[in-house]
Amino acid sequence: MAPRSCKVCVRLRMASGSIPNGRSMSESSDYPCMPWFGMDIGGTLTKLVYFEPKDITPDEENEEVEVLKNIRRYLTKNSAYGKTGHRDIHLQMDDIEIGGRKGSVHFIRFPTCEMPNFLALAKRQGMASLITTVCATGGGAYKFEETFAREVNMKLAKFDELDSLIRGMLFVEMNNPRECYYWKDPTDNEKCRKESYDFSAPYPFLIVNIGSGVSVLAVYGPKSYKRISGTSLGGGTFLGLCCLLTGCKTFEEAIELATSGDNTKVDKLVKDIYGGDYARFGLPGELVASSFGQMNSLDKRQNVSREDLARATLVTITNNIGSIARMCALNEKVNRVVFVGNFLRVNPISMKLLAYAMDYWSKGTLKALFLEHEGYFGAVGCLLAFNDDFS
Amino acid sequence: MDKKGAPKSIKLPEAIKVFRNLTNAKRFAIDIGGSLTKIAYYSTLSYRRANYYLDKEVSSSSDDHVYEVSETARLHFVKFETKYIEQCLDFIKSNLVGSRESMAGKIIKATGGGAFKHANLIQEKLGLKVEKEDEMSCLIKGCNFLLKNISDEAFTYHRHANPEYEFQLADPNIFPYMLVNIGSGVSILKVESEDKYERIGGTATGGGTFWGLGSLLTNAKGFDELLDLAEVGDHRNTDLLVGDIYGGDYRSLGLDSDLIASSFGKICDASRSGKKMSYKEADLARSLLFTISNDIGQIASLYAMSHNLNKVYFGGYFLRNHPLSMHTVSYSINYWSKGTVQSLFLRHEGYLGAIGAFLKGAEMCGENYSWQENYAGSSGLEPVPSSWLNSTVPVAQLELDRWGSPLAYCPLLAGTDYIPDTVDLNADHQARDYWLDCFEESIDKFVCAAIASQADNETAAERASQFKEKYIRRLHQFRKQPFSYGNLTVRSLLDTIQHYMREFDFPDPYISIKQSENEAALSQLAERISHIDSLSWEAKQTELAIGMLAGNLFDWGAKAVVQIMELEQFGLTEARRRIPKRPWVEDGLDAWIERLKGPPHKQAAIFVDNSGVDIILGILPFTRELLSRGTKVMLCANSAPALNDVTHKELEVILHQAGMICPKIKEALEAGNLVAMETAQAGPCLDLSRLDSGLAKALQNVDLIVIEGMGRTVHTNYNAKFKCESLKAAVIKNQWLAKRLGGDMFAVVWKYENPS
Repeated sequence: MAPRSCKVCVRLRMASGSIPNGRSMSESSDYPCMPWFGMDIGGTLTKLVYFEPKDITPDEENEEVEVLKNIRRYLTKNSAYGKTGHRDIHLQMDDIEIGGRKGSVHFIRFPTCEMPNFLALAKRQGMASLITTVCATGGGAYKFEETFAREVNMKLAKFDELDSLIRGMLFVEMNNPRECYYWKDPTDNEKCRKESYDFSAPYPFLIVNIGSGVSVLAVYGPKSYKRISGTSLGGGTFLGLCCLLTGCKTFEEAIELATSGDNTKVDKLVKDIYGGDYARFGLPGELVASSFGQMNSLDKRQNVSREDLARATLVTITNNIGSIARMCALNEKVNRVVFVGNFLRVNPISMKLLAYAMDYWSKGTLKALFLEHEGYFGAVGCLLAFNDDFS
Repeated sequence: MDKKGAPKSIKLPEAIKVFRNLTNAKRFAIDIGGSLTKIAYYSTLSYRRANYYLDKEVSSSSDDHVYEVSETARLHFVKFETKYIEQCLDFIKSNLVGSRESMAGKIIKATGGGAFKHANLIQEKLGLKVEKEDEMSCLIKGCNFLLKNISDEAFTYHRHANPEYEFQLADPNIFPYMLVNIGSGVSILKVESEDKYERIGGTATGGGTFWGLGSLLTNAKGFDELLDLAEVGDHRNTDLLVGDIYGGDYRSLGLDSDLIASSFGKICDASRSGKKMSYKEADLARSLLFTISNDIGQIASLYAMSHNLNKVYFGGYFLRNHPLSMHTVSYSINYWSKGTVQSLFLRHEGYLGAIGAFLKGAEMCGENYSWQENYAGSSGLEPVPSSWLNSTVPVAQLELDRWGSPLAYCPLLAGTDYIPDTVDLNADHQARDYWLDCFEESIDKFVCAAIASQADNETAAERASQFKEKYIRRLHQFRKQPFSYGNLTVRSLLDTIQHYMREFDFPDPYISIKQSENEAALSQLAERISHIDSLSWEAKQTELAIGMLAGNLFDWGAKAVVQIMELEQFGLTEARRRIPKRPWVEDGLDAWIERLKGPPHKQAAIFVDNSGVDIILGILPFTRELLSRGTKVMLCANSAPALNDVTHKELEVILHQAGMICPKIKEALEAGNLVAMETAQAGPCLDLSRLDSGLAKALQNVDLIVIEGMGRTVHTNYNAKFKCESLKAAVIKNQWLAKRLGGDMFAVVWKYENPS
């Protein structure tokens, strides 16, 4: 298959007044023009996936419009955009084939509340003159539809959030042999390490997507899944409570505080109530009996640090997600649970807690799995769906 | 146990309103939680009860002959905040009759997280040896006890429905169920029988999380202030809703725009952008309450579904019958289980552990007894306790009176959906307003009867006025919160009168009226019988029916009748004239007479109503006819007095005396073909789900059940269906009610049903 250039699309667009959608028009019209983006506009974070073609022929380069070149350079040469945009360089995927082109996939994120700034930037970069349609998923695809049209004259092609999530996940997993992993010895700081997991025969499994809130999906096959549960106690709750309790401003800051905190000064443990294990019901003394259970006492409140409070918040939210995920897996008779979503970014504490909770309460029958590109699957799925529409 | 005593020595009810009968306390248990402490004790109390003599005519109006002193047992539960524990223990110490020495060596059962911490304090204050009991087993024992014994204990809550509260009958078949105990943390227990249960799970996100985080996030002092804040807050200022993310509903997943997508999800945006915070602390409290309640509901429904349990009861200190919390938990369970799991709340959720601890090894509470809530001494479902100790410590109370025998479900009832009461006044606002007005207007009649029944007693007037004040206060409470004591019904309003009457030592206000009317009626029995015997068979059956209805007019509980009886010479003849012409509102007389042409019934049970003309000139001739057809007859009367209803003890005396007038009755009594049974009822209505177990057993062979009177057939059991033939007979002595049934004053119900 010959590489396709943007020129074709531009020509076609002029001819038909719309993006082509049938092979009959021209063999070269199967794929949309560059640049290729997939966007997932979540409640807290917006995830942007950008495909950088690496197989550009000199001819093509010559014909490439200046604006497109600029966008490519701007996105691939920087790792920070404005004050709050970031590119996760360590996640970059090279030698990826999408839509007949070879190239790299770049992973960029910024807070959804910065959407106006993002649009202003897109305007400055001239994107609006080039792109008529952006493929998007997440709640923001609906919420910002009008804003995109008004500010940058772009149409948002909306894709289903869960379809995109699963599709993106399967694609990334297939292209990256080290994508899926688990935590070995999660409670032992010395021995604990990440181990690759062979996810080549995945079905059935559960996806627990932890963004601002949490969705739990049972997946039986590539196109067969259902949303079975969810909870509003998610990453947004962790961050919101941390902001209130510690005055921190960002997720990274909250995680950093939690890393050096001690939740046992905040929580009430089984041993705080029973003096030790509650043997009759097999509850170990170290188990949290009541999250924040000590904080109704003024004395105790005066003796906890911001770090302790952040840690307790993290443990509370994580354990709760773990409980719900475990019960869902039990009720669905599934024994692999894949945790994804940006709550797990830079957050090994939560991953280890989840790994331990799944293993302990299921007596070893449930396995907690994690994926390197934890928060980006919806956006990747969108990128793929974007190309789909033209094939 | 009964002993004669000088009734004048009986004191006025104690002036203190909490920790009642402490002087007679015999056995203690305590449940010390992080937030609330519950003390349980058992006491015996002396009360007067009316006496009846089999062999001696009673005509003296002197108190001494009419009453005897009897002893009864009561369980007391007092709930207060743990921070007042020292004050409460001091109060108990100073009010116990025995000295500390007399308590020495005795034990107090203790449970709850604070039992260990406060063991020394209890030992030091009361001199009791603390014996710890396992918390979970106490909870389950207490829950089983409440569900089996207390009417309307469990309820479902629907915030936007009418009625908001739907109560459930006490049911002996309670297993299996799931108990979610929300203390500091949450324990989820699967209960399969009295002895078989397991902890199937739990979560650390519980009442302690709400309290702890609430204390960090707001300035509320204590749990209840947090709840008050939550009531006025708006979580939309702090939570990220589906609508905030999508700009509307998320239709493909069926998620409404007002569904919470991320609890506290709006906080970080606000703090990041340095915007002025747009939320108040009340908003945070509400958001927190939703977070915890939703989460508990979701986790509970996941456990219920995985164990195939469809009933979930909630105990602990978190919910506190707080409407918003109950609503959120119910909503969450219903949502996540798609309606397959029912969430049930308990009126006495806070007492489970204390009840269970008390019952451990308490032989005075074994299976041979049953218990009834004393409405006069128990607190309702109030947001804030209305009783105070030393005017500083708010307390709530529960009192349970012991009944001498176990109760059982009437074996003649068809189906399993029996509800005694015909009208639910929680739901029917019009009926509620009418009956509350009606009872308030009638109260003076009850007061007069009470004073007249103890004319020689110098404290009678004062006690009667206290009775009036308390009862009216309770009626006013019902106007605001009709659900305070379970289903509000005419039956519960009547029962409440009886409880208060007994509380103020008027055990049987109509005793002298009943006795003189019985004597008068007995003197007319021979004449009545010979008149009936002179009629042709068909005319006789009609006359027996009319006589029974006319007799039922003699009711001192009905305002309209009391006015007539006080003004006119009123006998059976006059009453007959008041019975309206047929057809009646419910007229099954022809079908009944047609049935009598067929083979006789094997055994009939007649649930009787009033003393005097009713029982003697109405029921007895009717009974006599059944006997002469070869039908055995059980006459079933109240175990304890209510208005001028005939009691079981009285009935025995009446039958004995009637036997001396009518040989047929005497013969049947001697042959055992006519017996008086007690129903275990103590009010003018009839709850067939709580009958004396001896009666329930005897009813098994009955093929005809007759229920008489407005309380027993109209206020209750009007819609009850039976496996055998049934006859319900009453005269409606209330204009409003008669109109509702499509008739006029003194409308007649003669409802004969044959299921075959």
